[in-house]
Amino acid sequence: MSNDIKIKKGLNIKLKGEAEKTVEQAVISKYCTVRPEDFHSVIPKLVAKEGTKLKAGETIFYDKSNEAVKFVSPVSGTVIEVVRGPKRRVDAIKIEVDSEQVYLDNGKFDVDAANPGMVKAHFLASGCWPFIKQRPYDVVANPAKTPKAIFISGYASAPLAADLDFTLTGKEAELQAAVTALGKLTEGKIHVSVGANSNSPLAGLTGVTLHKVLGPHPAGNVGTLINKVDPVNKGEVVWTVNAQDLVIIGELLLTGKFNAERVVALAGSEIEKPRYFKTKIGSEVATMVYDKGIAQGANARVISGNVLSGKQVKPDGALDYYSNVITVIPEGDDYDFFGWNKPVFNKVSTSRALTFSWLNPKKEYNLDTNTNGEHRAFVVTGGYEEVFPLDIYPLQVLKACMYKDLDEMEALGMYEVAPEDFALTEFVCVSKQPHQKIIREGLDLMLKEIG
Amino acid sequence: MSLKNKLHVLKEKYKSTKFAPAFNALHTFLYLPNETTHGGTHVKAADDLKRTMNTVIMAMIPCLIFGMFNAGYQHNLAVGDIQAVSSGFFSSEFWTLANFTVGFWKILPLVIVSYGVGLGIEFLFAIIKKHEVEEGYLVTGMLVPLIVPIDIPLWMLAVAVAFGVVIGKEVFGGTGMNILNPALTIRAFLFFAYPTWMSGDKVWVEGAVERTNEIAAGANLDAISGETILGSLAQGKEFAYSTADMFLGFIPGSVGETSTLLILLGGLFLIFTKIGSWRIMLSSALGAIVMGLIFNQVVDAGVIGEGSKFYGLMNTPFWHHLLIGGFAFGTVFMATDPVTASQTNKGKWIYGFLIGLISILIRVFNPAYPEGVMLAILLMNVFAPTIDHYVVQGNVKKRMKRLKAKVA
Repeated sequence: MSNDIKIKKGLNIKLKGEAEKTVEQAVISKYCTVRPEDFHSVIPKLVAKEGTKLKAGETIFYDKSNEAVKFVSPVSGTVIEVVRGPKRRVDAIKIEVDSEQVYLDNGKFDVDAANPGMVKAHFLASGCWPFIKQRPYDVVANPAKTPKAIFISGYASAPLAADLDFTLTGKEAELQAAVTALGKLTEGKIHVSVGANSNSPLAGLTGVTLHKVLGPHPAGNVGTLINKVDPVNKGEVVWTVNAQDLVIIGELLLTGKFNAERVVALAGSEIEKPRYFKTKIGSEVATMVYDKGIAQGANARVISGNVLSGKQVKPDGALDYYSNVITVIPEGDDYDFFGWNKPVFNKVSTSRALTFSWLNPKKEYNLDTNTNGEHRAFVVTGGYEEVFPLDIYPLQVLKACMYKDLDEMEALGMYEVAPEDFALTEFVCVSKQPHQKIIREGLDLMLKEIG
Repeated sequence: MSLKNKLHVLKEKYKSTKFAPAFNALHTFLYLPNETTHGGTHVKAADDLKRTMNTVIMAMIPCLIFGMFNAGYQHNLAVGDIQAVSSGFFSSEFWTLANFTVGFWKILPLVIVSYGVGLGIEFLFAIIKKHEVEEGYLVTGMLVPLIVPIDIPLWMLAVAVAFGVVIGKEVFGGTGMNILNPALTIRAFLFFAYPTWMSGDKVWVEGAVERTNEIAAGANLDAISGETILGSLAQGKEFAYSTADMFLGFIPGSVGETSTLLILLGGLFLIFTKIGSWRIMLSSALGAIVMGLIFNQVVDAGVIGEGSKFYGLMNTPFWHHLLIGGFAFGTVFMATDPVTASQTNKGKWIYGFLIGLISILIRVFNPAYPEGVMLAILLMNVFAPTIDHYVVQGNVKKRMKRLKAKVA
C-alpha cells in the first residue's frame, strides 16, 4: 500500500514576502520571555522567582496538575520579572540573558540502551516534554498515557511558513536521535510527512513511516496527516511533535545541553528583506524585525507564527515556544468605500462573487488584517467543505461546540481535531465566525468534563 | 474633514447607544468597516455576507427588469393595444417604453413596500435585541415582489411581509436561524389569507381586476383576463402560448418568474460565483423530470383517460414542467437559500431532488391551485434538518465502526 497522501480540498494562500533562503545569526536578545499561555491548559507552579539565576535548561516552572512536566529556561540568565495578570495568573517570565551562556548538563543519553521508562524520565527531567503535544485536546502530552502513534509533519504548507527542508538541513543526527528516542515511547509507529517533491532531511530517517503528501494547505498540517493515516478514536491518544523541535530534543540527547536554538523565518509583505534567522525560543522579535525589516512608522502587525494560527505580538514581544516563523503584515484598520460590493482584485477569495483571485492562482497577495466584513450568524453552507480535507463535518462540529453538546462533539470527531485544523474554514468564513476559538473552547470543555 | 472621517466620528459617538445597530447598518452600507482580526486567523477572505447577498440580488435584476416589461406587455396585449410577440426574445412588440412604463409604475411600489416594511422590522428588532442588522432581508426583499401577482394590493403585501419577517424569521432569532424560507412564508401567508388575489385568471394581468369591477359597475368594456399556463392546463383549456413563449417568458404569471431563460442565466451566474448550490438546482430539475416522466407514463399506459381532471397536467410533456409556473424561479432562487436548505452536500442532493419531485406532484394533483413549488420548498425546508441528521449520522457511524474494529 502506498503511503502517499493526496488531498484536493484546501487552499494555498499565496502571500508576498516569502523568506529568502539565507540564514543570519540574529542579534542576541537581551531578554528572553517565556509565556505559560503557550502551553494551553497548563497552570504553572513557579520554581524560579524574581532574581533567581538560571542556567539554560534549568526549570522555571512545572505543571501544577502534573508535577513531572517541567518547563525549562531557553537561556541562562536572571529572572527579572514575573508578569502577572488578573487573579495573579502568571502571564510571562522575563529573563535577562547572560552574555556568556551556561548550560545545565543533563549528560549524554544512550538512546539505544535505554528502555521506555528511562526515555520518558529523561524527557521530563530535561524540559523536552513540552515539545510533545497530544491529541485529543491539542495540549502538552500527558506522560501517564501511551500514544498509539506519533505524528510529525515535515511539510509546512501554511502561508509564508518556514521551509522545513531548508531549516532542518544538516540536522540529520539530531533528528535521528530524537525519533529513535520517541520510537521507544509508543507501541505504534512514528508517521512522518514530507512534501511530495521535497528533499527533506526527514526522508532519510530510520524507524519512521514516511508519507509523501501532495496538495494545497492544510496538506502539511499534522492534523491532516493523522486524519488520513490513523484517526484518533475515543480513548486513544496520539502525540505530535513539531519537526523543528526534534532538533532541540536530538541535541539534548546527543550532548546533554538544552539548546533552544532554532532557525526562524522572518516573512511577510511588511518586511523589506524576508529571510531566515538563527535565534532562540523566547527572543524578542525586535532583534529580527527592524534591520531591513519593518519600515519606520509602518502600521504593521507582528505575528509569532503564521497568519492563520499565529499569535499577535507587540513589537517588544517575543518568539513563542512552538513557532518557527515571524510574519509581519499590514494592519487593515481603515474603511473601504463600497468595499462590500465593488469588484475585488487584491484580496483572496474562494468564491467568484466579483472577487477575482480565481483568475490568477499564482499571484502573491498583500493581505492586511481587515476582517472584510462583520461578524454574522452562520448563513452560507458548503464553503467550508471545499477547504477542509478531514473526514469530519466542519459546520456541524462548530455548531456542536457552540451549543456545548458533549455527546455530539464526541460523535462528530472532536477528538481528532486541533484549532489549527479550522484555520482555513475561519479564513473563508463569510460570517466571520471565530472558528479556532470555538474549537479551542469546545476542546477545553471536553477536557474539563471528560478528561 | 472627509466623509469617511465624519462617519467615523459619528460611529464613535453612537457606539453603545441603542441606535448603534441602525447607524452601523447604514455606515457599513457605505464603507466596509475598519475592523481588524483579533485572535484566530490574522487575514480573512474577501467575502462577507453583504457581498454574498448582493451577488444573489444581481442575479435577480434581469428577472426584475424583464418582469417590468412583461407586466406592461401582458396588460397592453390583453386590452388589445399591441400584437403578440413574433420574433423571439428581442421582439420589438415586447421591449417598448410603453410596456416598461406600465410595469415600472406597478412593480416599483411592490419593491418599495417589500423593502420598506421588511427592513423597518429588521432595524426595529436589531435595536431592541441589540444586534447588528443582518443582510438576509436584502435578498428576501427582492424575492418578494418577484413572486407575487402584479395587482396584489400593497396593504396586503405589507401585512404579509410583516408576518413573514416576524413569524418566519425574527421569532427564531433572525437571519441564519429561521426554518422556513422567509420569502415563501410571505407568499404562503398571502396565498392562504387572500386566495382570491393569488389565483384565478384575473390577477396575473395588470388591470384585470379593476376592469372586472368596472364592468360590474355598469361600464361598457371588454373584460380582460390572463390565465397562467398551469391554470389552463388544470382546467383542460387550450392556451395560446408556444414553448418558446414559455421559455422566454412572454406569459402571464407572478412578476419575475416567467422568463425561464433569464432565471437560467441567473442560476448559471450563481453557480459560477459559487454562491448558489448547483447540487440543489440540478437535483431539483432531475426530481421534476422524474416526476414528469412518471405522469407521462401513467397517461401512456392509459390509467388516466382524457376525461380525468388530471389529464391536462399529467399529459404535459415532462420537460415543459421545467418551463412553466414558478418551478425554475423557486429552484434557482428559493430552494437554494442556504439557511433553510440542507447544509450537507449529500443532503443537498436529496433535498433538491425531493423538491423537484414534490413540486410536480402537488402541481398535478392540486387543480384548484395548480402550482406546487412553493409548498414543496416549504415542506422540504421543514425536512432539511432531518435529511442532514441522517447524512451526518453516516459520518458518525463510520467513526463508531472504526472504534469497534479497534476494540475487537
